[in-house]
Amino acid sequence: MCECSNGNKDIYLPELCTITKRRMLNGTELFMHLEKDSGEDFDYIPGQFVEASVAGIGEAPISISSSPTQKGLELVVRNVGSLTKVIHGLEVGDKLGIRGPYGSTYPLEEAKGKDLVFICGGIGLVPQRSFIRYALDHRADYGDITILIGTKCHEMRLFREEIALWEERKDMTVMETIDEGHDCWNGNVGVVTTLIPKVESHLPNSQILVCGPPIMYKFVLMALAEAEVPQENIFVNLERRMKCGVGKCGHCQMNEHYVCQDGPVFRYSDLAHVPEAI
Amino acid sequence: MSVSTVTKEQFKSFVAALVDSDQNVVGVQAKDDKFAFGELTDANALRLDYDVTILPPKKYMLPQREALMNFEVAGAAESVQPDEKMVLLGVHPYDMIAINQMDELFSQGEYDTHYMNRRNNITIIACDVVTDSKNVFAASMNSATCDTGYDILLTAIGDAYVVDAATDKGQALVDMMSGANEATDADLKKREAVHEKNIAALNKHELECKPSFLPKLLEKAYDHPVWEERARLCYSCGSCNQVCPTCYCFDVQDEVNWDLKTGTRCRAWDGCLLTNFATVAGDHNFRKKRADRFRHRLYRKGKYVPGKIDGQIACVGCGRCVTACTAKIANPVEVYNTILETTELR
Ligand SMILES: Cc1cc2nc3c(=O)[nH]c(=O)nc-3n(C[C@H](O)[C@H](O)[C@H](O)COP(=O)(O)OP(=O)(O)OC[C@H]3O[C@@H](n4cnc5c(N)ncnc54)[C@H](O)[C@@H]3O)c2cc1C
Ligand code: SF4
Ligand code: SF4
Ligand code: FES
Repeated sequence: MCECSNGNKDIYLPELCTITKRRMLNGTELFMHLEKDSGEDFDYIPGQFVEASVAGIGEAPISISSSPTQKGLELVVRNVGSLTKVIHGLEVGDKLGIRGPYGSTYPLEEAKGKDLVFICGGIGLVPQRSFIRYALDHRADYGDITILIGTKCHEMRLFREEIALWEERKDMTVMETIDEGHDCWNGNVGVVTTLIPKVESHLPNSQILVCGPPIMYKFVLMALAEAEVPQENIFVNLERRMKCGVGKCGHCQMNEHYVCQDGPVFRYSDLAHVPEAI
Repeated sequence: MSVSTVTKEQFKSFVAALVDSDQNVVGVQAKDDKFAFGELTDANALRLDYDVTILPPKKYMLPQREALMNFEVAGAAESVQPDEKMVLLGVHPYDMIAINQMDELFSQGEYDTHYMNRRNNITIIACDVVTDSKNVFAASMNSATCDTGYDILLTAIGDAYVVDAATDKGQALVDMMSGANEATDADLKKREAVHEKNIAALNKHELECKPSFLPKLLEKAYDHPVWEERARLCYSCGSCNQVCPTCYCFDVQDEVNWDLKTGTRCRAWDGCLLTNFATVAGDHNFRKKRADRFRHRLYRKGKYVPGKIDGQIACVGCGRCVTACTAKIANPVEVYNTILETTELR
């Protein structure tokens, strides 16, 4: 197989990986654990994403949900269209093509010694989990860890067992809410912003990490402004249409920024003059 | 490297020999009442006096549709790397400058082997403009002439060409031209006159500022009414993207063969004016309004792409979008001039 040309690798060629575990997290979200067929390990930093593909169907950007402190790569795929539907049909032992990792990372170093507050809306928990797990594996490096999770309804909640384990830990705080109340739910009801005033960390001095659907950002950012959090301390993880993942195809552009390269994780203060961002 | 002169007849014999060789030769030819780049099989069909081609020569570095890899369905893929050599005859200076910009964009950061292999396999014989097209404004964009990127630059002076070999590849071709003599001072003066004439003439729409001012101008124009006023008429047809020598956005799609076991991952031209260019799953369109898409193209040309290539403006003034736009709104000069005339500049 020719992968090289003038000594340069083909940047679009995926590497084959095997699905080693799979399970449904809820009705629409599939969790997968992957190993490279080459036997090498994945090299990435929390916040980054990969381009995942099934040859013959297509390719899509998918956030990395695992932490580099563990072996293998974990992805969570929501069944929304042609490719993701096929991925949902894959079994343990089936292949997935992977390119990457691509994109910017969470501020692992800069956040050291500081309190971390993760604000997650729906599937936004998926990439955040990468940094959460990393921080828990380097627990002494970080201050208080608070995780706010908002989900549309009880049935859509992700990583329930893992969240239950987090809730048991004394060295972190997890708060969950669902938009619509439910009989078998006796927790918080309301959108994720309603949890922000309950955070015990001093918000202006914390590193705030936000990821959720486009609509969520406006409200969360307003609440953070009210809490006087400087924009430098807020990191948002944005989604755009992507095709190449490597700064060429133009699809992910947000004014002059390429979300596939300058993002997906952005420091909010860097987006002050990027009207297409939020 | 040499600067020589050959008569047009001698040059034609050279092209005939090239066409007869095993080289793949592409040149500009008449197509109905217009011109187009295409495979050249007859030296007499070459039209170096053309005004502008329908599509720019970018299609030879970035084809409308090209295979990136072949694959087994749900299995492994193998890279497809183009290796066909080609002589590309008759590239105008503005298109040459556009190619130079794309070379930078596809090689910077992540090196795109597909584009770069095609590019490196092409020998470019550029030529100065002989006939101006009705909408060209290259002079306003500093691209009426060019001084790099080509292997050979031809300038028509009466019944001869000044042949400027800029690379070893170019020199090797010049060495094949029988009758090539070292250009005289008089020839070079005539060439200079052609350049001066083109700098004056290739300006059917005059930009009222230096192109280098555009990034600064656009800093103040984001909410200008011009976007809405013009885009009201936009059909979102993407023609302005398709014909543009500096538009390089693409889509990637998988095609499965008849055997249903193998297939090809292809990339194809895309356009930021098309309605769903920025749509993600769940039908969320990040550039839903026509005016937002219309503005994006003119910001890419005047600000965003320049930010990636040392300030070079990514409109070379070929005028193709002006001609192609049925709604008559795509002209970059009209847009930029409107902003210039109505914006407080300090
Ligand atoms: C940085 C990033 C991280 C992401 N992380 C995840 C994740 O962890 N889990 C998850 O389930 N989803 C994630 N997404 C969204 C995911 O990429 C889309 O849901 C997916 O592309 C839909 O593909 P489809 O073919 O199944 O959908 P279809 O609706 O069939 O797609 C139709 C077309 O739209 C394109 N398309 C739709 N949305 C996108 C998009 N966002 N980017 C590129 N192309 C798109 C598809 O490629 C396809 O050509 C992420 C997106 C980005 C940009
Ligand atoms: S924007 Fe129009 S005039 Fe400028 S290079 Fe593109 S097609 Fe030519
Ligand atoms: S060619 Fe004209 S009508 Fe078509 S998308 Fe471009 S600006 Fe709109
Ligand atoms: S995804 Fe292609 S440029 Fe970002």
